[in-house]
Amino acid sequence: MSTAAEAPKYDPAYNFAFLDEQTKRMIRRAILKAIAIPGYQVPFASREMPMPYGWGTGGMQVTAAILGPEDRLKVIDQGADDTTNAVSIRNFFRRTAGVETTERTADATIIQTRHRIPELPLREDQILVYQVPIPEPLRFLEPRETETRTLHALKEYGLMHVKLYEDIAIHGHIATTYAYPVQVSGRYITDPSPTPKFDNPKMNHMPALQLFGAGREKRIYAIPPYTEVASLDFEDHPFTIQAWDRPCDICGAEDTFLDEMVTDDQGGRMFICSDSDHCERRRTAGHTGPMTRDAAE
Amino acid sequence: MYVAVKGGEKAIRNAHRLLAKERRGDPGIAEVSVPQIDGQLSLAVDRVMTEGSLYDRTLAALAIKQARGDLIEAIFLVRAYRTTLPRFGGSEPIKTSEMVIRRRISATFKDVPGGQLLGPTFDYTHRLIDFSLAAESDCPIADLAPSPDNAAVPTIASILDREGLVETEVDSDPTAVPGDVTSGALDFPTGRDVRLQTLARGDEGFLLALGYSTQRGYARNHAFAGEIRVGTVAVEMFVEELGFAVPIGEITVTEVQMVNQFKGSSTVPPQFTRGYGLSFGHCERKTMSMALVDRALRGRELGEDHVGAPAQDEEFVLSHCDNVQATGFVEHLKLPHYVDFQSELELVRKMRREAAARAGAQEAAE
Repeated sequence: MSTAAEAPKYDPAYNFAFLDEQTKRMIRRAILKAIAIPGYQVPFASREMPMPYGWGTGGMQVTAAILGPEDRLKVIDQGADDTTNAVSIRNFFRRTAGVETTERTADATIIQTRHRIPELPLREDQILVYQVPIPEPLRFLEPRETETRTLHALKEYGLMHVKLYEDIAIHGHIATTYAYPVQVSGRYITDPSPTPKFDNPKMNHMPALQLFGAGREKRIYAIPPYTEVASLDFEDHPFTIQAWDRPCDICGAEDTFLDEMVTDDQGGRMFICSDSDHCERRRTAGHTGPMTRDAAE
Repeated sequence: MYVAVKGGEKAIRNAHRLLAKERRGDPGIAEVSVPQIDGQLSLAVDRVMTEGSLYDRTLAALAIKQARGDLIEAIFLVRAYRTTLPRFGGSEPIKTSEMVIRRRISATFKDVPGGQLLGPTFDYTHRLIDFSLAAESDCPIADLAPSPDNAAVPTIASILDREGLVETEVDSDPTAVPGDVTSGALDFPTGRDVRLQTLARGDEGFLLALGYSTQRGYARNHAFAGEIRVGTVAVEMFVEELGFAVPIGEITVTEVQMVNQFKGSSTVPPQFTRGYGLSFGHCERKTMSMALVDRALRGRELGEDHVGAPAQDEEFVLSHCDNVQATGFVEHLKLPHYVDFQSELELVRKMRREAAARAGAQEAAE
């Protein structure tokens, strides 16, 4: 991108990727445990990062712990590489680790994300790192950690099913549209982080390793490659994902998550892919949408 | 218009430049210096050191300058710096009974051995704006009495303890290493070591409100300010090669011992219980609040009924008292959430369409 020339330079005054080696080892141990128990939230000694809690400190610590000098890092927020916080996190690792960064999903070895999973299917040689605000899927049903840990230990998930049932009884739909709970490998109910439920199917049997970091809540969890990830539902109310009745206005994609942009105060709207890299690749490949076609005519 | 969301990198850089300019203020007015902040806004420095968990006056003063006087932002700067420091080990417990005292008061006795020493306090000042301070003020002069010999200033708790009137504080396990909330996740229920550490780092305003709530009947525990002392104590560290502890410096601390509601049982005669507060520097409001909340959190240990008061609720208090965590998560709502919002929009529109269809069908049937 055009801004690359102004990107911050590598500053070797910091230890590689900011964290000291001992802290990285501690985080790696938590990650290994998390991979060994898919979907289980492993407590870890989360550090204070030079960014605020709630702004991706968990994901950053996970990324820092797994990052090597050969890695190519991609950072997205809301699916886009150019949202302000994604820019800020990418610059942090450019400065403290000097690693190569990319906006191309296909070129990245590590992708740190907030709120989206890229549209392009990920591969075995890639790792997806999620920023997680509230790692506990049962938190809004039971605020106490002591209680929720016991519920997980006993695999007592009736509470969640009752919540989903009540949604259907009251609204006619399961009224959870993001952070839609999943069950990992038939065991732990897990929070996919606030990604839209549109992305849930991508988590199932994903070839890439999925790591989740919650800094403020001091938890790490993982979904190993090719693990079964089931979105909770009922036989007569099967899980469905969002669908739009129109394609991306720019690239014409009909199978992507679309962001709605307000274009005027007269009800004008345009819909474009939230995954900016995906949209860009499609346009480069010659695809057009209603708006780009209009412009060409 | 699609271009409008691009250019985040440049926008951030420009915003930071503007921030730096705003921080400096009017260039025609002299810049505030770090020693000025340290010396003249010393209570702000004390708070930043306490909640930042790092005793370094210069660094705290610098953080206040950088944060434009936003103390939570300054605490955050200090915390983030603290994380990067290597840990050499732990000191011996400080001995507040051997404090070189600047201020020491007790609300439980009219006179006590060692006397009541007001020290530098806002108490009993009339809160009238002093307009003379608007001009450059002269150097106020105050004659200091010699600090009392600390052997002559026994702690109030020890005086009560001699008669068995207050619960005796005993090390549950003298060989146990205290927990460290900065190098592990909180695990509920916690021990008092971890609770006190968390409260010491906790937000002054949050603890003030909670402590206040106990006074208004939400887990009331009838507190008396047994003793408040402010002064300097030596910090000693055990040196393996020497085989004994050596002083490595001294720090100013504020310590509060609250004496609370007595209790007894069939085996223990009635006696007062304690709440404890400690901070770096001079943070009286903070330590008093901390002591009230500490006592409220000891409810279970002392066999009190849990009446559902917030101050008694360990998970509630400890999970929410950290202002760096709290401010981060509250302020993260500024980050874009449009993907989640889009998901909600889609569902709300769908449900509204269905509701309209239902209403239409009903109308047609009528």
